[in-house]
Amino acid sequence: MNNSKKQLRDVVIKFAGDSGDGIQLTGNQFAETTALFGNDIATFPDFPAEIRAPLGTVPGVSGFQLHFGDAHIFTPGDEYDVLVALNAAALKTNLKFLKPNGIIIANVSGFDNKNLRLANIEETENPLENDSLNNFQVHKIDITKLTKIAVAPYNLGNKESERCKNMFVLGLVYWLYHRSLDKTTQFIEQHFKKDPSVANANVIALKAGYNFGETTETFAYQYEVDKAETKPGLYRSINGNQAMAMGFLAASINAELPLFLGTYPITPASDILHELSKHKGYGVISFQAEDEIAGVSAAIGASYGGSIGLTTSSGPGIALKAEAIGLATMLELPLVICNVQRGGPSTGLPTKTEQADLMQALYGRNGECPLVVIAPSTHSDCYEMAYTAIKIALEHTVPVMILSDGFIANGAEPWKIKTIEHLPTIQSNFITNSEELNTYQPYLRNANLSRNIAVPGTKNFEHRIGGLEKENISGNISYEPENHELMVKLRAEKVERVAEVLPLQKFENGNEMSELLIIGWGSTFGSISAAVNELILEGHSIAHIHLKYINPMPLNIGDLIKPFNKVMVAELNNGQLIRVIRDKYLKDAIGINKIQGQPFMVKEIKDAILKQINHA
Amino acid sequence: MHNSDSIDIFTSKDLETNQEVRWCPGCGDYAILNSVKKILPDLGQPKHEFVFISGIGCSSRFPYYVNTYGMHSIHGRATAVATGLKITRPELSVWVITGDGDALSIGGNHLIHTLRRNPDLNILLFNNQIYGLTKGQYSPTSEVGKITKSTPFGSVDLPFNPLALCLGANATFIARTLDKDAKHQQEIYKRAYTHKGTSMVEIYQNCNVFNDHAFDVFTDKDLKLINGIYLEHEKPLTFDSGKKGIKLIGLQPDVIDLEQHSIDECMVHDENDKTKAFILTQFFDNNLLPRPFGIIYCDNTKATLENGIKEQITAVNIKDKKLSFNALLMTKSFWEVC
Repeated sequence: MNNSKKQLRDVVIKFAGDSGDGIQLTGNQFAETTALFGNDIATFPDFPAEIRAPLGTVPGVSGFQLHFGDAHIFTPGDEYDVLVALNAAALKTNLKFLKPNGIIIANVSGFDNKNLRLANIEETENPLENDSLNNFQVHKIDITKLTKIAVAPYNLGNKESERCKNMFVLGLVYWLYHRSLDKTTQFIEQHFKKDPSVANANVIALKAGYNFGETTETFAYQYEVDKAETKPGLYRSINGNQAMAMGFLAASINAELPLFLGTYPITPASDILHELSKHKGYGVISFQAEDEIAGVSAAIGASYGGSIGLTTSSGPGIALKAEAIGLATMLELPLVICNVQRGGPSTGLPTKTEQADLMQALYGRNGECPLVVIAPSTHSDCYEMAYTAIKIALEHTVPVMILSDGFIANGAEPWKIKTIEHLPTIQSNFITNSEELNTYQPYLRNANLSRNIAVPGTKNFEHRIGGLEKENISGNISYEPENHELMVKLRAEKVERVAEVLPLQKFENGNEMSELLIIGWGSTFGSISAAVNELILEGHSIAHIHLKYINPMPLNIGDLIKPFNKVMVAELNNGQLIRVIRDKYLKDAIGINKIQGQPFMVKEIKDAILKQINHA
Repeated sequence: MHNSDSIDIFTSKDLETNQEVRWCPGCGDYAILNSVKKILPDLGQPKHEFVFISGIGCSSRFPYYVNTYGMHSIHGRATAVATGLKITRPELSVWVITGDGDALSIGGNHLIHTLRRNPDLNILLFNNQIYGLTKGQYSPTSEVGKITKSTPFGSVDLPFNPLALCLGANATFIARTLDKDAKHQQEIYKRAYTHKGTSMVEIYQNCNVFNDHAFDVFTDKDLKLINGIYLEHEKPLTFDSGKKGIKLIGLQPDVIDLEQHSIDECMVHDENDKTKAFILTQFFDNNLLPRPFGIIYCDNTKATLENGIKEQITAVNIKDKKLSFNALLMTKSFWEVC
């Protein structure tokens, strides 16, 4: 027994084990319990590309990182305070990001000769038995064995007994951070409702882990992290893909138009399809097409018929959809294209995050083919940005590309629930019911240059549209040189005019008097914010602008950027937004780039900024 | 709801558009356009409920020439666009206009998957066995040895047997007709319209500029008698003015001389019989067997894609969507901060 308690502001934990060990479930349970307790939290699941890579090997390691604290948590954390390693491969993969003197909870059975061999570690080099881990607090616990003993009364069989070991570990970590078992106990009982003995065994393993912490003197301290101060209201945990799906659904309800998702499964976007396909009760039609092209083409067909056409994918799929997106641009139909970016090119790094499809979004089609490009900045921000994507597409009759990424998609955070009545209204430009005589001109424009779309089935409005160049106003085929130039410029101007309805850009931090401006977009919001916060506390003068609207940009962007002598652009690619900034605002910006399939560490951004400051 | 019938009545003349028809003089497409325009007023559906969706190719200009709704989409994707439209707007009559390159080459994948899903689309496949719009390259239905701009030494590819492919993809309606036979076309198009499910109509269409005379053996007044066989439901298979018939020996079709054999020995056409349909689609690269025209197969028992989707949606329909959505946001465990 020990009663020593230590107070901490924030903690980063990494759960790691084999992809069959239930690591994601363990991490999610800890995250939910901790969020319920009242901490702010950010999570980052990191799983292998293979569904079941060979057991015990390095490619088979699945990880779940979470960062919780008593103040706003911006990122899942650069380095871990605690590393839970269920086998040797998990330790090997994750050790380099463990803080000096950090805690290792190692499952001894996962470091036997077989597991060492699978992790390509010499039997004589077992890290639990040599001095390679001297700089850490290592807790060697035979989790597998203890779990099996705990669940023995349930006669589960060897494999099933062993499977409870993630609950043992979770119980132990709950004890370490003084967390309640209630949430997870309820979850287990619900999850294994059909199999009470498995449910009981898992609950027992959870309790055994907790009690192990309580009764042994393995750990010198128990830790406490106070609740974070948050605005009053109802909260839930939400990841980017869930938030994206909910935002699309909300837009469909408020616009009173059916949502049609034409798509093809692809990592890391498929969960949006999974989520939306559950919601047929709201009139959502999810169409899993034969390929990416059919997915977007069917969405265009649905838009043409007066529904909300949506297609979701990742970079390789977006490449295949390019021609059809051009068609939607020419037809000036509403269409939303959601790209959950991953590492590229080609198949690239399917489960890893990257922001390297910005140029593809802006320019990746034949001809002059501008579309609206927006990017949510956090997991929960996907909700309102997805909603906005549909709102813009419908009100401006234009394709809108929304750029998420693997980090945003799979990571989660607490979200103050925004119910549907708090979202803005949406008007569509569809003509569905009119008895007027036929004076309809398909390409006659409204003030924002959108066109009114008479949908098939509307009497007296019969007309033909297509991918050939349109004559202005009439929409008839036209090969006239001047007309083509006019139409190219009109389509571009229509996209530009979307800026008139966008919120003006604000500084996230700092102001126009700051010495250095850092610009980011999309999922790097958390890392950049944390870095800039720390630098400001350390006495530096930094401003941060985070772009959510990339094409068009908010109207005041040029004015905001102009006063700065030093502008840096941080992005997870080889320099893409920076080209746009240089092109549009003639700023000799400096890039902060990372292309490792991983989010920025706060430290990486801080170091890059400090280098510039000290350089002066 | 539509207006009263009297207001919705229209004629072929009402289907003309202000667009000049720009196919080459003498092109088989004109005859197909006229046949379609002829039958539309007879179908009992108002003009504004027809939609023609095409891909790319000479035939795909078709929608511009019919005063209904229409979309000239992109190469090969018309079936996919039409599927999205039909799923969301089942009450519309949606027609796909495509060619041998558009449907069988670049759009081959969409074609087979559309057929297996069975949305109620009417696909008119203008097969001229050549690429016309790009000025004369061989197509996936061109015969081996064909000399074209892209095959100056003759094509070595084996061609598709389009209707066999479609039946293999579980099509629920397959038929073949000819540009030169207006009456036959019109009968087939009406049946295609009536069929609930994807109707695939292959139309032998002459390209008089790049592949003239391709179908003469089936259209020439004398040749067509011996090279073509016109299918009628529940009627024995006879051709050559009733002088010859088709007899099945096991699953093997054979030509019999009806002056020596009884007509009772002939295979009887049954458009609902898939096995017979498979046999008829194989009257293809066999010079001894005549080419069948008419409805080869029709299965009205299969559900359409849009009905399947509609049933699922109707079964779980939520009345107060806003209220329910807000509850949905909270189905995952939530907590309150006071």
